[in-house]
Amino acid sequence: MKALSQKRRHPLAAIALLLMGLLLTGGLYAVATTVNQAKADTTSYSASDVEEGGKLFAANCATCHGMGASGTNDGPSLVGVGAAAVDFQVGTGRMPMQMSGPQAQKKPAQFNEEQTKQLAAYVASLGAGPAIPEEKLLDGKGDAAKGGELFRVNCAMCHNAAAAGGALTRGKFAPGLAGVTEAHIYEAMATGPQNMPVFNDSNITPEDKRDIITFLKTIEANGSPGGAELGSLGPVSEGLFVWVAGLGVIIAFTIWLTSRTS
Amino acid sequence: MSASSTAEAPFVPKTKVGSFTNFVDERVGGSGILREFGRKVFPDHWSFMFGEVALYSFVILLMSGTFLTFFFDPSMAETHYQGSYTPLYNVEMSVAYNSSLNISFDVRGGLFMRQVHHWAALLFVASLGVHMLRVFFTGAFRKPREMNWVVGGVLLILAMAAGFTGYSLPDDLLSGNGLRIIDGVIKSIPVIGTYISFFLFGGEFPGTAIIGRLYVLHILLVPALILLMIVIHLFMVVVHKHTQYPGPGRNDGNVVGYPLGPVYAAKAGGFFFIVFGVLALMAAAFTINPIWNYGPYDPSPVSAGTQPDWYIGFVDGALRLMPGVVNNFHFEWIVFGHTLTLNVLLPALVPAGIIFTVLFTYPWIERWVTKDNREHHVLDRPRNAPTRTAIGVAGFTWYCVMWAAAGSDLIATHFHVSLNDVTYWLRTLFFIGPIIAFIVTKRIALALQRKDREIALHGRETGRIVRLPHGEFIEVHAPLDEYKRYKLVGFESPAPLPAQPNEHGVVTRKEKRRAALSKWFFEDRVAPATPAELEAAHAHGHHEAITSGEDQKSLSH
Repeated sequence: MKALSQKRRHPLAAIALLLMGLLLTGGLYAVATTVNQAKADTTSYSASDVEEGGKLFAANCATCHGMGASGTNDGPSLVGVGAAAVDFQVGTGRMPMQMSGPQAQKKPAQFNEEQTKQLAAYVASLGAGPAIPEEKLLDGKGDAAKGGELFRVNCAMCHNAAAAGGALTRGKFAPGLAGVTEAHIYEAMATGPQNMPVFNDSNITPEDKRDIITFLKTIEANGSPGGAELGSLGPVSEGLFVWVAGLGVIIAFTIWLTSRTS
Repeated sequence: MSASSTAEAPFVPKTKVGSFTNFVDERVGGSGILREFGRKVFPDHWSFMFGEVALYSFVILLMSGTFLTFFFDPSMAETHYQGSYTPLYNVEMSVAYNSSLNISFDVRGGLFMRQVHHWAALLFVASLGVHMLRVFFTGAFRKPREMNWVVGGVLLILAMAAGFTGYSLPDDLLSGNGLRIIDGVIKSIPVIGTYISFFLFGGEFPGTAIIGRLYVLHILLVPALILLMIVIHLFMVVVHKHTQYPGPGRNDGNVVGYPLGPVYAAKAGGFFFIVFGVLALMAAAFTINPIWNYGPYDPSPVSAGTQPDWYIGFVDGALRLMPGVVNNFHFEWIVFGHTLTLNVLLPALVPAGIIFTVLFTYPWIERWVTKDNREHHVLDRPRNAPTRTAIGVAGFTWYCVMWAAAGSDLIATHFHVSLNDVTYWLRTLFFIGPIIAFIVTKRIALALQRKDREIALHGRETGRIVRLPHGEFIEVHAPLDEYKRYKLVGFESPAPLPAQPNEHGVVTRKEKRRAALSKWFFEDRVAPATPAELEAAHAHGHHEAITSGEDQKSLSH
């Protein structure tokens, strides 16, 4: 504390103070806006949403997906993919796609909540498809144990039993699921983005999807009971660790123990 | 002699403790044993301590394993989990998995002990492996230690068996997947495979018997065999005495180092606690085999990133590398109505078979090639046996390619490359990797030998540049002291041994093959600097110190 008060006349003190102020207000604003967004979530779209979404679509998406989302050689038709697909692909930043490749990569979202909603409204107006899930399916209050069983049977072969992700063929991959929002998990199951199969409502019911989300959020919140989880990647990271860190430390000790003579 | 010993007055202890220890000593002869073993000399070098690490890991395994047996129940009966880990609450599972979860979450200190046990197992096999590499690359397997090398190889196999049987016990999804692969490999063996599988699992996989059977192997048979082998191994170490690196005053007739008591015993005892401490730290801070993530075993799901523990990884990797079809050539045949799956049989058994066959026979191969029947107690520096070192590195590279293949999916996701490309590259390296490794290693070893020779003859480069009166720049070389020079010149460099006729005066075909192999082994050689060469170089060096000009130029190259 004394050190701090002694530095209060430091030439950079004003800048530091300004920086702290900005961080504080920025942080508060970010918290406040996300709170508002959560409240504003609604699945009913107005005609103006559809109209605005159409404009956004023509300007940003039609190059590949075609006018009227009827598809081109570079991108599939979006008629009937539903609002859920748009919310997932645009909301996770996968669309608009940064570059062609084995798989669209996750990146910071290019459209804000409002624009994403308008785009979703437009695509939903083209044909019936999976809608953005209701809030009550995303509350994470389902049966985690049942969700875990469903996850192991349906999802773990690609996403790994601890949802850490895994490799697919030719550069494609199933991403890790930590930090993915409840809505995006649900939408991914409902629409099957990239190489993921569609798990429709007769395959995995909405309640089952809720259980799976509950499971994922439970293991995410639980953390790792046994200490640092080494990426949850299984025996490969454990083997690497014992060879590099374990044996490395032991070798350092052996050198120390025998360093008196040579 | 007996008269003098009987004439000696019997030792009369003066203190209470003294009389007690004397009582014991008179009956078991402890002081004699201590006198003998306490004077046993061990040379000091960090690379000699991996066997110790393995031994200590094994002791830790026995202790932590005993704790685990108090709480583990190897039953495959079905139950519903009622413990404190909510994401598995009320899930149907085997009693074995249930008890493993209880050890992890509801037994005080249980998770720590499980993690100590598992980390110690990984370290046990790793230190065994490094110890064997040290023994191989320094030539410590030569006479009289060939048998002990074989015992070491048996220990490696037993360690892998202990590890694998333990890996399968918790009956979680990961271990079940591992067992499924083993079952597949067993079933791929022609004719007897199916029978072995049915005997092992007590019927169709997975059955209800396997966990109990593996448990008996894991806690009784395999550790007992390991203990037996360790006793034989250490007995032979005592009989043979320890090897030592070359150095002044060290030869095949002595051992230069510290006596066991008190210095070495204190060091070794302390080292046990260091190993224990490192393992305890790892167990406390880093999770291993989080069985709660994998869920109970059920033959239908398979998790991405399912791998065996590292020491079985090379077999798993070989399985992953094997193609099912190459250019319309199928590796699965139907013979007399029975399926012969070479695409499982070949990768699962052939590489491991080759590695262990070469490992076990190598001391005899080299003995046959060199016709060397002398005892060796002074080790080779790896560079001074270029072909052996190259063979070792080639084999290790081959192992590493298969090892890497076991993590091909993680290589793909973490380096953002295509899984298919990783597989294609590793398939290529499977064949050419060892060859490249052999050539490169041999060249490096020979280059290092040349460097040693150069330094022995001309001294080390000091980095001091001197300008001579006529303008030429030279670097001054400092002569080595005798101790350092001894290391660089005191080694054997065998020359190829031509084919020799036997007692009937006939050069047999086998002898010709041996001669060809001997040529291959030793035709590229850098002979150590001879005393005459050293003498000449030194005279040159001293001379150079007082003169200048033309003489010194030769020093700088």
